[in-house]
Amino acid sequence: MRSDLAFALRGVGTAVSGTFALRDVSFELPTGYVMGLIGANGAGKTTTIRCLLGMRPIDTGEIELLGHRLPGPVDLRQDVGVVFDHAHLVGDWRLVQVERTLRPFYERWDGVRYRQLLDEFGLDLRAKVKDLSRGMSMKLMIAVALSHHARLLVFDEPTSGLDPVARDELVGIIGDFLLDEGRSVLFSTHITADLDRIGDYVTLIHDGRIVRTGTKDELLDAYRVVRGGPDDLSGAVGVQLIGVRRTSTGAQALVRTEEADLLGGNVLIEAPTLEEIAVHVGARVPRRSPDPGAESHRDADPHPAAEPHHGAGPDHGAGPDHGASRHEPDSSMSTKGIA
Amino acid sequence: MRVVLSNSSGVPLYQQIKEQVGTAILSGELAEGDALPSVRALARDLRISIITTTRAYTELAAEGFIATVPGKGAYVLPLDSALVREQLLRQVEDGLQTALDAARRAGLQRDDLIQILDGLIQAERHDAGSGVPSDSGAVR
Repeated sequence: MRSDLAFALRGVGTAVSGTFALRDVSFELPTGYVMGLIGANGAGKTTTIRCLLGMRPIDTGEIELLGHRLPGPVDLRQDVGVVFDHAHLVGDWRLVQVERTLRPFYERWDGVRYRQLLDEFGLDLRAKVKDLSRGMSMKLMIAVALSHHARLLVFDEPTSGLDPVARDELVGIIGDFLLDEGRSVLFSTHITADLDRIGDYVTLIHDGRIVRTGTKDELLDAYRVVRGGPDDLSGAVGVQLIGVRRTSTGAQALVRTEEADLLGGNVLIEAPTLEEIAVHVGARVPRRSPDPGAESHRDADPHPAAEPHHGAGPDHGAGPDHGASRHEPDSSMSTKGIA
Repeated sequence: MRVVLSNSSGVPLYQQIKEQVGTAILSGELAEGDALPSVRALARDLRISIITTTRAYTELAAEGFIATVPGKGAYVLPLDSALVREQLLRQVEDGLQTALDAARRAGLQRDDLIQILDGLIQAERHDAGSGVPSDSGAVR
């Protein structure tokens, strides 16, 4: 157990359905920082968070949360604040009742702080949960988490469905929360713009596996976006094109930084944004053929999760980097998909 | 302390912070002993990551501009005149190198460059209204 970690997942696996599972998920967050967990819908973000919070049993691996190995002591939940996409509170409760109901569960409940936060967030104690807008109910959940003095805030898709003003407010709230260096934040998102600025660490998940985890700058440095004419990206030996997209005028793909120079002079090589990394890594069907014929019709469906290639996992114990080299939706995988 | 970040300059955010704080210290805008916000407060205020502000402060500290107090914040160190001179010399060298690169592309010779430099010095003196240009050695 390392107390300088807010949490760590090590080799975590859990079967969700016949076709989807988390496999060998490993990543950790040092105390005091923000981590973004990014990936497409269905990549496994929520499942990962549920495992981390002990809300879902795991088949393999271990999880450490705030210095305790899960399943930890019951009062561990005192230290964790959870903000989900949907409010888990009863719609008819007024915000006064929310406090009355939750207070007994938390030893360190701070009623003064609760009122202060509601006031700060522009929430009325007499309002009913069901009448709150999306942004408002998220703020309510944050107010609850901060009122029991959580040390770790976990948000699942906090910014989806929020307007830009509310998203900006959330960024400010997270900044205030992190003034204390003993506190940490994990949030999952498919909107990367917020993370571009405030994210310290980023973990990229695809198809139930960790593609990459590390500081945001490490992730951004690891890849390049390459663009060229329709034929410029083909045939380079030793270059793996990730999520390649071809049209009649050109082709674009993500490549590992160390491979970018092998592509030759006609190719434009640029530093990616988090969004570009997420888009290419998350691309369900890397297209090989530039013409949208019958082949691409077949392409449109097979999700990599359904590939037998993924079923057998000879990769236990592989670190995030090994995962990266094997499980990205690269062009070779698309060959398998078509075959 | 004033820090204004550009999202489109292509200069990394930590570098922008470092340069702006460094410049403020060299110009005397920030004086010895002045308190700077903590890395966490600065990250919150600028809405950027803590790693970014930490890196800016770490490098400012390594160059002798500031001292950081864990858990508290940071403050401005007394200006070391040798250090200041070294920083300024480096800026002069960088600027001249840029000029040299451009001159090479333009096909200019050594004498042309010296002439341009003399011209700039003359023009500055003229602008400053310090009267008759003289041939004394110092730039100012």
